[in-house]
Amino acid sequence: MVEWTEFERATIQDIFTNMNYDVVGQQSLARCLIVYPWTQRYFGKFGNLYNAAAIMGNPMVAAHGKVVLRGLEKAAKNMDNIKATYADLSVLHSEKLHVDPDNFRLLGDCLTVVVAAQLGAAFTPEAQAAFQKFLAVAISSLRRQYH
Amino acid sequence: MSLTAKDKAVVKAFWGKIASKADAIGEEALGRMLTVYPQTKIYFAHWPDHSLGSAQVKKHGETVMGAITAAVGKMDDLIGGLSSLSDLHATKLRVDPGNFKILSHNILVTLAINFPADFTAEVHVAVDKFLAALSAALADKYR
Repeated sequence: MVEWTEFERATIQDIFTNMNYDVVGQQSLARCLIVYPWTQRYFGKFGNLYNAAAIMGNPMVAAHGKVVLRGLEKAAKNMDNIKATYADLSVLHSEKLHVDPDNFRLLGDCLTVVVAAQLGAAFTPEAQAAFQKFLAVAISSLRRQYH
Repeated sequence: MSLTAKDKAVVKAFWGKIASKADAIGEEALGRMLTVYPQTKIYFAHWPDHSLGSAQVKKHGETVMGAITAAVGKMDDLIGGLSSLSDLHATKLRVDPGNFKILSHNILVTLAINFPADFTAEVHVAVDKFLAALSAALADKYR
């Protein structure tokens, strides 16, 4: 059972309530595909990922970034039960999508950078710690059904 | 994952933009690392205060960032250019090289916060590669 402080709960709710899902979703996934190009292996059907400009302008990347964020929102709304909330998603990523779970951390790092840019100084070291703890729990839950 | 000519140019141009704030960036990145990854405090157990704003974090952040800025000018031979720093980290400080990645991540977050418009995806990948190459050079003498 993950223990969350009041500060951590409030910080996570705050971040997700005020998040622009269109911008943050698109930016995070696009950055992941640009900064860690091997992650493009999972998006063969997304059309033009040839360079950074193409990735940034790709509508399928934008749409899928939002899908990923909505998935994280589910965890944010069920912080005391992320493991169970993500059971089916975990099976999906392992059995159907065949995503190397090390990649979850890469996307998480890009999401952290994008949220930091959006929030500026409001993304204090303590807020960063809370957000990264949340991502670590989400990632751990997403890895859980791999075998 | 070696640095291309384009990577070096992007890093140099970006570093020119951030030069005046380099000390503050170093301080903030170090402070964030010590807060978000508390296990990194073990290397600074002799400091009375590990929080962002303390005199130790300020001074050491400046030292580290100064060395990184100097490395921007040594991108054509990071292993040679960082040789003595690598000796220091390997034999005297004995910092587990896994921690270089952690500090690098916090430098990226700090850059995103302070230069949201300039820290584009292209700059992000170039700086990430530079910090990774720098970390490898720093670990070169470890064994």
